[in-house]
Amino acid sequence: MRDVAVVGIGINKWGELWEKSFRDIYVEAALAAINDAGVDHLDSMIIGCMSGGLFVGQEHLGSLMADYLGQKHLAASRVESACASGGLAFRHAFIEVASGISDIVMAAGIEKMTDVSGDGATYALATAADQEYEVFHGATFPGLYALMATAHMHKYGTTRDMLSAVAVKNHFNGSMNPFAQYPFKVTKEEVNDSVMVASPLRILDCSPITDGAAAVILTTVDIARKLGKPIIKVIGSGHATDSIALHQRPDITTLKATTVAAEKAFKMANKKIADINFAEVHDCFTIAEIIVTESLGFFPAGKGGEAALKGETGLEGKFPINTSGGLKSKGHPVGATGVAQIVEVVKQLRGTAENGRQLKKQPKVGMAQNMGGSGGSTLVHILEVA
Amino acid sequence: MVGIVGYGAHIPRHRIKVEEIAKVWGADAPSYKKGLLLTQKSVPPPDTDTITLSVEAAKNALRRAGNVAPADIGAIYIGSESHPYAVKPSGTVVAEALGATPEIHCADFEFACKAGSEAMFVCLGLVKSGYIKYGLAIGADTSQGAPGDALEYSASAGAAAFIMGSENLIAEAVETYSFMTDTPDFWRREYQFYPQHGGRFTGEPAYFKHVTGCANGIMKKVGMKPADFNYVIFHQPNGKFPLRVGQMLGFKKEQIEPGWLTPRLGNTYSGSSPIGLTSTLDIAKPGDMILMVSYGSGAGSDGFVWKVTDRINDVRDKAVRTTKLLDENQFYVDYGTYAKFRHKIRKND
Amino acid sequence: MFPAREHREYPHRYRLEAGKCKKCGKIFFPHRLICSECGHREFEKVLLPDTGKLLTFSVIRVAPSQFVDQAPYAIGIAELTNGVRLMAQVADCDVDSLKVGMDVRIEFRRIQTDGHAGVLSYGYKFVPKWY
Repeated sequence: MRDVAVVGIGINKWGELWEKSFRDIYVEAALAAINDAGVDHLDSMIIGCMSGGLFVGQEHLGSLMADYLGQKHLAASRVESACASGGLAFRHAFIEVASGISDIVMAAGIEKMTDVSGDGATYALATAADQEYEVFHGATFPGLYALMATAHMHKYGTTRDMLSAVAVKNHFNGSMNPFAQYPFKVTKEEVNDSVMVASPLRILDCSPITDGAAAVILTTVDIARKLGKPIIKVIGSGHATDSIALHQRPDITTLKATTVAAEKAFKMANKKIADINFAEVHDCFTIAEIIVTESLGFFPAGKGGEAALKGETGLEGKFPINTSGGLKSKGHPVGATGVAQIVEVVKQLRGTAENGRQLKKQPKVGMAQNMGGSGGSTLVHILEVA
Repeated sequence: MVGIVGYGAHIPRHRIKVEEIAKVWGADAPSYKKGLLLTQKSVPPPDTDTITLSVEAAKNALRRAGNVAPADIGAIYIGSESHPYAVKPSGTVVAEALGATPEIHCADFEFACKAGSEAMFVCLGLVKSGYIKYGLAIGADTSQGAPGDALEYSASAGAAAFIMGSENLIAEAVETYSFMTDTPDFWRREYQFYPQHGGRFTGEPAYFKHVTGCANGIMKKVGMKPADFNYVIFHQPNGKFPLRVGQMLGFKKEQIEPGWLTPRLGNTYSGSSPIGLTSTLDIAKPGDMILMVSYGSGAGSDGFVWKVTDRINDVRDKAVRTTKLLDENQFYVDYGTYAKFRHKIRKND
Repeated sequence: MFPAREHREYPHRYRLEAGKCKKCGKIFFPHRLICSECGHREFEKVLLPDTGKLLTFSVIRVAPSQFVDQAPYAIGIAELTNGVRLMAQVADCDVDSLKVGMDVRIEFRRIQTDGHAGVLSYGYKFVPKWY
């Protein structure tokens, strides 16, 4: 297996991009990554997109995006694992470079979610849950994470304020991210009093509906050196699945696919949790960040909420989580999220995170955890400054 | 010998009071309550319809029937004026839910408020003829009264189910009788949301003529008089009519009361006298004689003379009693909620 | 909703039919072709019990269009008396008084409707077990 490095990152301003088309949003981010890497060609491109079909009526994305990116006859494909599609694209690009099949591969993610009504977006997102045994009964995504939240609160005493602490912290971080959809701060009171969506989750516990894309370029460490870029190595990649229906899992206060994916990534990287300096995790809902930080091993089961409340996941905390603002503040164009997490990890490892959110103590090892559905799939990646 | 092997009812938990409806239409609640002898009615929430009520009532009937295998039910007839589909039977869903398919005959009946007793009548006939071993007869409705109409105070929801058979009877069908003429006292044309009625024409020439005609006919046929019965159940479009018709026929209020549920249930249309029979069976003793006379606008009545057997004591508490469903743990809703539940609020598609 | 998709689920939705592994005894709802516990491929049909305990719940305030008329409504996961878990709505309840651990019963209800003209979808819901 060849050593793989990320040499280029690209992202655009996320939000409700009424004037921008699906393909333009994609090409903007992809070109930014190509410019950043300074490469003159791509050997392959892998696109993570959850539902081009339901959001914009467009499938066959590999060919469409290769064409609009000016890469005639490029080997290009699209992968899907619901909200973990971006992380999955990154993993496949990593495998392709590591295996020796391709030298320069783009991993990109895209979702344009505002070309359908709110109801249409809810429907499209819900296809990541069990259609016949969850969605049929009226479950929504906030509802499924709310089931986890109720169970977690009941089992561990996790509180409203702990959930809110996650939102406050992520919006604080996001307020320093020029690409974030909602770069504003929120207070605990604002979160606590926001509109109830699916009890106990309120609107400010939820990540938004977002248009956006992100792209990264992966290549061999040898080529990266020739390009003269900082070498950010991909040292661990873990992928795991679980039942997509929550009720099929023995314990819904933990995310087993996340634990298993992390174990695989740690094994490949020959690292342990204490070696991780910071992480971007899948905070589609505040409760998700709490459970994910427990399932990854940053905190013991049931202690994730308390850790958030105590500031242990803040920029100055023991384990800074979601320095980018996370899905909460940065936005959650589902297919793009996993790639955007890599963008932030690379920025932090390069020391180039904008507007004062760069970690004070320069990190060496960062992690990205990207999750599909209610945790039915998870990708964990570990990156290290060479 | 044919009769009832198992019986059960189901009633939604939601209620609306007469005052709540009267307030919206500027009507005088006390006079309505006195005039109709009615205090409240049951309201079906949006997930409840004739089919769902039928399934739950039938499950209760199966619980009391003991060892009747659903596959041995040879016919299912659901009487209702609120079948959820205009074309596609309610009975197929219910039979499927009970596990009674595919060797079963099925039809949905409609005869205003007597569709349920029609189902009972036909099931008894098929069992008696030997065509089927067991027949499932259901009267169920989520009835609609036009907003502001007098019917809105009474039109309610509920179901009763009876498994008819020839052995292990709870109550023997001693006699049946039907009495019918063409009398347009109440109707609903195709594509109309709500029924219309003939006002006071629904009384003397319609309800009273047919109920007394049927009651007198069956009593004559069986050679019995009102005093020979322990209990009597009449169709109950409101609280007042069954009391008055009972008085006209020579029955006492005590004979009527166990099955006289309308004052706190409303008129469950096809479910009305059948649910009254379930609450009467809930308290009946072996050997009791029960007269039941339904009424359906259009117009006609079915009469049944039941003789309760010893088995009643064994099965009574194998399922929930009707008065428990009626009188405990209700949710009282306001008119806005009721209007939402009953799809009376206009929305775009 | 196209009726074929509905129709094949009737055994589960209408009658709570489940598959019990003939080797290890684990019960699957809905049925499966291979046991996720022991890998065995033969199952017998069993009916789920109709009572259980609520393990978790949420009250949905922002509902998909086909459920708007029912909002606010609760969804929950219950563990039935034989250990099988399933998700359904919790109907006929005061949504503010739901509790983890409360006893529930399964009732047959209309789950959703396909507009004003499409098929009606029926299935199971939980209701508080009050008798």
